[in-house]
Parts: sequence; structure tokens; C-alpha cells
Amino acid sequence: MERRTFLGATAGIATAGVSAPALSQGAAARTLRVIPQANLTSLDPVWTTAVVTRNHAFLVYDQLCATDGKGEVKPQMAEGWDISQDGLTWTFTLREGLVFHDGEKVLAKDCVASIDRWRRRDPFTQVLWPNVAELTALDDRRFRFRLHKPTPLLLVALGQTQFPCFIMPERIARTDAFQQVRETVGSGPFRFLRDEWNPGQRAVWAKNERYVPRQEAVDGLAGGRVPRLDRVEWTIITDPATSGSAMAQGEQDYWEYPLHDLLPMLRRNRGVVVEQRLTDGTYGICRFNTLQPPFNNPAIRRAVAMAVDQRDYLRAVAGDDPAGWGACEGVFTCDTPLANEVGSDVLKVRNIERAKAALQAAGYNGEKVVLIAPGDYPQINALSLMTADIIRRLGMNLELISADWGTLIQRRASKEPVERGGWSIIHTTSSGQSLALPVFHLFLRANGNDAWFGWPDVPEVERLRAEWVEKGGNPAEGRRIAEALNREAMQAMYYIPLGYYWQPSVWRRNVSGVFRAPATVFWNISKT
Amino acid sequence: MFAYVVRRVLATIPVMAIVALFVFSLLYIAPGDPAAVIAGDQATPEDVERIRQSLGLDRPYLVRFGSWVFDIMRGDLGVSIFTNLPVVTMIKQRIEPTLSLMIVTLCLAVSIAVPMGVVAAWKVGTWIDRAVMGFAVLGFSVPVFVVGYLLAYIFALELDWLPVQGYTSFSQGFVPWIENLILPAVALGSVYIALIARITRATMLEVLQQDYIRTARAKGAGQTSILFLHALKNAAVPIVTVIGIGIALLIGGAVVTESVFAIPGLGRLTVDAILRRDYPVIQGVVLLFSFVYVLVNLAIDLLYTLFDPRIRY
Repeated sequence: MERRTFLGATAGIATAGVSAPALSQGAAARTLRVIPQANLTSLDPVWTTAVVTRNHAFLVYDQLCATDGKGEVKPQMAEGWDISQDGLTWTFTLREGLVFHDGEKVLAKDCVASIDRWRRRDPFTQVLWPNVAELTALDDRRFRFRLHKPTPLLLVALGQTQFPCFIMPERIARTDAFQQVRETVGSGPFRFLRDEWNPGQRAVWAKNERYVPRQEAVDGLAGGRVPRLDRVEWTIITDPATSGSAMAQGEQDYWEYPLHDLLPMLRRNRGVVVEQRLTDGTYGICRFNTLQPPFNNPAIRRAVAMAVDQRDYLRAVAGDDPAGWGACEGVFTCDTPLANEVGSDVLKVRNIERAKAALQAAGYNGEKVVLIAPGDYPQINALSLMTADIIRRLGMNLELISADWGTLIQRRASKEPVERGGWSIIHTTSSGQSLALPVFHLFLRANGNDAWFGWPDVPEVERLRAEWVEKGGNPAEGRRIAEALNREAMQAMYYIPLGYYWQPSVWRRNVSGVFRAPATVFWNISKT
Repeated sequence: MFAYVVRRVLATIPVMAIVALFVFSLLYIAPGDPAAVIAGDQATPEDVERIRQSLGLDRPYLVRFGSWVFDIMRGDLGVSIFTNLPVVTMIKQRIEPTLSLMIVTLCLAVSIAVPMGVVAAWKVGTWIDRAVMGFAVLGFSVPVFVVGYLLAYIFALELDWLPVQGYTSFSQGFVPWIENLILPAVALGSVYIALIARITRATMLEVLQQDYIRTARAKGAGQTSILFLHALKNAAVPIVTVIGIGIALLIGGAVVTESVFAIPGLGRLTVDAILRRDYPVIQGVVLLFSFVYVLVNLAIDLLYTLFDPRIRY
């Protein structure tokens, strides 16, 4: 019996029908005990892209602007911004009353320094930054961008969620973007209690009494970020069955990423709520190494894609309930303005026999296929095993390697043939936000050696991407380019989109104010 | 005796040096790159390389090893790549839960297993013997995590007697401390109890056949006195050896037990560090474990003199 199966069974028995314990009182009632998705090991959201660090940063830091529930960018720390008639000068004005946790006022120079550090690591802003002529503080509350040419996407970059621009004091933000900051001082709704931080055990934040939230109602990540809890305590529990039991017993109040296997049992427990809180699905992809045989042949890549049925993959990851996942047979995030399936016919074949015939016609000659599956990432592992099954059924010469994530991310950087430590297929997942626009769509890039692992070289994709950066502000033009991009990507088939699944969260019934957002944040939430 | 202890303590230095060289080399050749973990999916190869440089991971093997050894000699185990905290601080944060778990498990296991083994040897061939041996087989066969889940289900979820997970420091009181440790200690101790009980039984069976036991009986010594004063003392050397070896089992088992019961100990610190390739933490913890093994072996050697007067150093 596998450990995952066993823990599913025991936790299932455990969590079903367990009555709620007595409600906490006093201080305990104002402390939210959270099981985060991962261990908080790094505190600097610029230095690392780890989602858990970003979620920590949302507690501690504030943003100049943020994305609302409709995906529009709204002011947050900024009172607003003025754009000159020619679109070449953007002047931001800060709200009154913004104060860092160390008591210092938030000034325009802090924003300038923070933007300057963040833009050195954010791939999206790196694309736009050549358009920026100058970024300067005008006075304590105002700073200005001067641009070489109009760049409406600058606002999208500043308000993005996947790599948010958090504001730190200038003295901290002057740290090299490739070094970790040594202090955690923000101006957000909660203060990080470094003395109580024990990496691997717990991390604690206390309410920032001096925080002045916006007056608007909370809307996605925009609106008033009102801290309603005295403390937020993260407890790192790595074992899903233990997490499930801790939720059932009321030892914890909120579980960010419950294992899908445990959801049916958790739903039967009257003491907890299981709901989809994140507004974005998680998208899976199957990536080919286009430098090495056999997948340096696009026809072979398309033949494999013909055998893929996204539904099989999604069931393997998220279970049989179709409400928990969705097929998405294009390269852009479904239900976003650029989503389309132009040229996606190859993904609608879903037939192993036709795929076999296509593979033979493509000239597959028994070359070895090395597929690396990360055993320590259950979802990505499940996607990998589904592809391995398809490769076997197609009669290809498969070598399935089970490795940990740390090994995989090193090996995937190898451009060598499989006989010399290279690879043929890997899988990964990404949030829907990251795949919504061509400018930051990592897997779509096809600029050869500079592209993401697999290194596809499709000049037409790159040309279209650059065209979108220029003309994407016009919805009709943006749509036309997006359709052309989808067609090109499907033709080249350097990665196979595998659809998306929802990642629900779990919280105790005495937790209220939980709202939908593109990231796990804890303002506006309270506990009785 | 004192000279022997000094010699043994000094002998740990080359042992630790070999362990250090081995651990460092193993990590050097092992696949994985912390810079890639830090940089994330979106990073360019240049970004990863810059992070690697900032962490000093681009330096040659000998330079890195020399620098590490130099730091160790000054009592500095380095700084975690990820948390930016000194490794010594991280070990200090984690040592109490692991030490507590091991002490409670050890006390529990020895106090249960030794009498079990003695009684099984005394009642050899009876149902008591078979029951003890049956338990020993079960203890060996059932994985620690299965025992852990079952105990948590019965005693935490169903009966609500004990907490499901977590650790409370001893400084916050004995009761909350022991409440959090009972289930993990029983789960971790199951293998250990089985091991010690079997060895105790086997050794006792051999000792109970000896002439001096027959002599003790002939002199009219009581059964309890024969078992625990005459026989057990003579069987103690192999039992103590197994208890010592078992500490290695405890450290290994603690990794799983700490995960199942969410105890923030050294086992989990090690696993987390390995998965992230946090080299300074891995090296520091492995060195510490090696040092503990060496000290435990020394303690066992010294204990032999208490049980067997013929042994002299």
C-alpha cells in the first residue's frame, strides 16, 4: 500500500463526522491558525519567486496598485496617477498616512527604490523597462515615470499578482536584487514577528495597528485591506493526513492547499468549509526538449499531442468531479480575453491509434524518451505518469525517471542528449494568471537558447509576441495576435497544455470574511 | 579510565574530519541546485548564475571545502542559503523537540521492552512468550507512519485524549510537553521495543542456562532476584549495545514521526534542507548526528565497565 493511499484512508475515516470542538475564546479567537501550502524559508519576495514567500509578503508589504476581482488594476498605496496627454509621463501620488512598521513614513523615494529593485527580477517588467527613460521622486508623496514611448502595460506590471511590486523602505530596497534583504519592514496590514519565526515550524504576524486601509470594499486584491485579526500564525504541517486531522479537531483554522484526495472526506465534516477561494486555476503542461531526438521533430511532438485527452490528466490530479477541473485546449488562460482555440484541432483528436499512425508517419525510429517525474510533487507527478502511460502505449522507447523536484530542476537545465544526462519530457504547473498574456507567458516563449527549458526556436512566435507588446492595448488587435500565437504554438507543439484544476481551501466554520482573490491573503478575515 | 576517555574523545576528531569530507563531497556531486530553486521558473539562466555567484556556489570544490572547514574550526556552521539564519541557530531551534522525542521514546522503550524480554525468557514456550514475540514481529513489520496514523486516529480523533500534532516546549509545562510526545513516542518506540525485547529474551535465555544461575537457584534465591539481579546484569552488555545501536534507528525514525505528528525537530529540518539543497544546513545537521553517534558509542563502551567488571580500559 502506498503511503498516500494509506493516509487518504485514515484521514478519511478521521475527518468524516468528527464533531466540532468548543469554540476558542478571547485571544485565541483573534488568532487565525493557518496551515500554509509550504514552509516559509525565505522572507524576501524579490529574491525568490516562491508563492509562500509572496503570500507572506502580502501580509507585510503593501502595493502601489493591485488587481481587483475583474482583473483591473486599481490604486492601493497610490491615491491615484496622472498620465500626460502624450502618454509619456506618469505621475503617481501616495495616499496620506502610510507608515512603515518601524514608524517611518512611506515616501516616494521608498517607492522608487523598491520599483528599481523589483524590476531587475520581474521578467514582465524587464520587457517593458527599455521604454522607461527615468523614474524619479518629485517630493515626499509623488514620483514620476518618464517613458520613451507610451507603455500602458506598465500599470499591469505594477499591479500584477504573480510577481508583485511590494514597497520597502529605501534603505532596505537598495539591497542587490540577487541578495536577500536582512530586515522585514513593510507598511502592510500585518507586522512580521521575526523573533517567533522558526522556519519549518511556524511564522507569526501581528496586526499593524497603524495601518490605514482604503475605504473601498475589498475586491480581489484591491479595496480596503482591513486587518481584523490580532495574529496570524502559520504552522508548517507537511503531512496532508495530519493537516486534515488538525482541521477536523479544530487545532488549526485554515488550510490553504488540501490534498485533492482528502476533499470528499473533508466536505463531509460539518465543522469545516471547503471552497474554491483562489480565482485562478492551476494549469498543467507537458514540455518537450526540442533540441534532442526524438522531440526535435515537430511532427513527433504533434503525434504525442494527438493521444492526449486532458480530462484523463485532470481526473488523475483532481478526481472525478468535473467541477474540480476544466479542459482548456489553447495556450492562453481560459475565460480571459485572449483565450482561443485557433489551430488546436490536434488536441481534439484524443485517439491513440491515430496518434500511432502519425508517429510512424513522422519517422519515429525508436529513440529513447527520458521522462522525469517528480515524486515529491503529487500533482506534477500524476501528470508525468499519465504522459508516461501514453508514451508507452504509443510504443515509444520510454525511460521513466522518478526524482525529487530539486534533482529535476537541475537536470532540466541540461541541453545534452539523454545518454549524457539530458531529458526528453518534463511537466510543471502554473497559475492561470501567468498564462493570460503573451508578455509574461513563460511556456509560450520560443526564442531558442533563451526560452524556457526545452528551448524551442520559433521566430514567428517571437515576432507575434513583440507585436502584441506594441499593439496589445487595442483589444481587437490583441485578439488577432493571440489567435495567431495559438495557431503557431499548436503547429510547433513545443508544449502540450493539459487543462486546469481548481485548488480549494478549507477553513473552520467560525472563520468569516473569507473572500475570493488571486492569492491567499488574510485581511478582512475574522474569527469568532 | 580517564586517559581512555580522553583518547576516545580525541579520536572523534579524525572521525568527524572523514565524515565532513564525505558529506561535503557527496553533496558536491549530488544533483540539485539551490540557485535554481530560489530563482524559480521564470528566471533566466543568467539570473540563476548570478544567484549561484552570490551564494558562492560557483567557487571551486577545494575553495568551498577549505572555507567550510575553516568556519567549522571557528565554531561557525555557516548560514542557511534560504532562511539567511545561522545553521547553529536553526539547530538550536530544532534540537529540543528531537531530544525530547528521543528521551521519551528511549525511556518508554527500555522500561517496556526489557521487562517484556525478561518475562518472555522466563516463560519461554508459554503463551506469554508467544505473545511477546508476536508483538515483536508486529513492531518490526508495521511501518512507523502506519502506527502513527492509527494512534492519532484512536487517541486524538476518536477519544480526544491527546493532540493530533505539534510540539509544546518543556518550558511551558510538563503536561503539555508530554501530551504532545506520547503518541509520537509510542509510534517511534514500537520498532525499538520490538528490537530490545527480542535481544533481551535471546540473551536472557542463554544466561539462564549458565551454571551460576543454577547455583543461585540451589542457594534458594528468589525468582525475581535471579532474573533481575543475577541474569539481567549478565545479559546487560548485548542489551546496552542494542540500545546504543537503536539510537541510530531513533534518529532515522524521527524523520518520519516528526512529519506525521508535525514536530519541528531535526529530522524534518534535515529532510526540508535536502529537498531544497540547503547545503550548509545539511552539512551541519549530518555533522551533528555523526558527533552524537560517536558520543553514544563512547557512552556505551563506558557503560560496559559498569555491567562487566572484567572489562577495563
